[in-house]
Amino acid sequence: MKMTQVAVIGAGPAGLAAAIEVARAGGLVTVIDENARPGGQLFKQIHKFFGSREHRAGVRGFHIGEQLLAETERLGVEVLLDSPVYALFPDRTVGYVHGGREIFLKAEKIVIAAGAAENPLAFPGSTLPGVMGAGAAQTMINVHRVLPGKKVLMIGSGNVGLIVAYQLMQAGADVAALIEAATQIGGYGVHAAKIRRAGVPIHLSHTVKRALGKDHVESVEIVALDSHWQPVAGSEKILGVDTVCVAVGLTPLTELAWLMGCEFAFVPGLGGHVPKHDLNMETTVPGVFIAGDISGVEEASTAMEEGRLAGTACAEALGLLDGQKALELKTVIRERMNALRTGPFGEGRRRAKECLIGLSLEGQA
Amino acid sequence: MKSGIKYTGIPSEEELRASPGAPSRERLEQGPVAFIECVQDIPCNPCEEACPFGAITVGEPITNLPELHGDKCTGCGVCIAQCPGLAIFKVHLHYTETTSLVEFPYEYYPLPRKGDRVPCGDRQGKYVADGRVVSVKNAKAHDGTAVVGVEVPKACYLEVRTICRKEWSRHG
Repeated sequence: MKMTQVAVIGAGPAGLAAAIEVARAGGLVTVIDENARPGGQLFKQIHKFFGSREHRAGVRGFHIGEQLLAETERLGVEVLLDSPVYALFPDRTVGYVHGGREIFLKAEKIVIAAGAAENPLAFPGSTLPGVMGAGAAQTMINVHRVLPGKKVLMIGSGNVGLIVAYQLMQAGADVAALIEAATQIGGYGVHAAKIRRAGVPIHLSHTVKRALGKDHVESVEIVALDSHWQPVAGSEKILGVDTVCVAVGLTPLTELAWLMGCEFAFVPGLGGHVPKHDLNMETTVPGVFIAGDISGVEEASTAMEEGRLAGTACAEALGLLDGQKALELKTVIRERMNALRTGPFGEGRRRAKECLIGLSLEGQA
Repeated sequence: MKSGIKYTGIPSEEELRASPGAPSRERLEQGPVAFIECVQDIPCNPCEEACPFGAITVGEPITNLPELHGDKCTGCGVCIAQCPGLAIFKVHLHYTETTSLVEFPYEYYPLPRKGDRVPCGDRQGKYVADGRVVSVKNAKAHDGTAVVGVEVPKACYLEVRTICRKEWSRHG
């Protein structure tokens, strides 16, 4: 059987960052990803990231992806692609498929960095071609360079909805409107301001009633919501669009952590059921760590910091780093991570995270 | 309808007035100056490092709003392309007797060319006035964020923040 010291599942920002820290400490690490290309969602992030210099602020997401890949290559990290992981065994054996063959990899530590999936939204007509996740549209325009439609309705005003609406216009589409069921814009004002300057109206307290069309979306009916989130009769409006993008949040991809027997907590602010983890990103199953969106939906910048934390903790647990050195490294990473979890947007996530970590520590006591 | 960035996606007059990144009226009178329209405490500080003159400070925590120090700002505009939120502009109120110059970040193709006459829009993309493109800066360090300068009638220096892209076609 193939052996490694650390198996990292998922080659997105969290997984790659974790692998880099293990390799930097001299550990043997194998990253396994089901996709044909590494980088997770980074290669479709064509906008400049926020944060500070240490978070690579001002650098476009795909450039950060390129930097991470160059670093994994330089450090000799093994990255297995086209390899979906389908099983995890209690002895930390990872089962994956590659080229139609089942392969087993025995690891001393496992980092699950499986990411998250877009939430669907069901409404009459939502199965018509032309209705898609905003992330799917973003992959089409920025990775495959295919415009999904000419005129778009965006549903959801979180950062994903705002950013993808902007990028659809950069790619040449027209965005007819952005609607949001809540009473205020969910994402950063600066992202909203970009699409407003481009003339896109943002309708708050509005939802989609139905998409219309024979064999693809030809128009969509939106409706205002009252203070009890009920449709206001007579407020319906028809918009002529050929594409409806759904950006209504993400849910952590936790299947592998369930399979491993990790204890979970339900934290709505983090996207639903998430594995409990401690300050080292270790779950309730010793030797199994998590990082990135699986531990609570946040941004790529935080995912990378969590990956670095998990990777450093793995290296420490394997004896590759002494306690003092590991503590120094982890302290710096935690400070950078906390800097991203401040302010009105980050504060809620920081509290939710502290609550999750608190639950995990309680269980140990 | 409630005003303010959380409700409209546009910083309100009050928000801009209260923002430490907006230059004072006196400073605007004195010459070209950066106009930072960042009114939410988000974790971000590249503008601070971008300014070669120390005219923008964020400090700790990095969620602080950027503060513009009008006395140090030379109006060079290098901060514009370094803001990931595309929220920094440059305003030269007295560009000529009758016109002002406004520079803004622009990430769409086609880019305008120097000398083009373009319909200029406000923060909601609404047409304000025609403007003449004075400069299109797109250095490598901008990493794809072009900075377009337009000369517009003086009365609209506080309004004009973009090109009305849909109304304008370079070949039309």
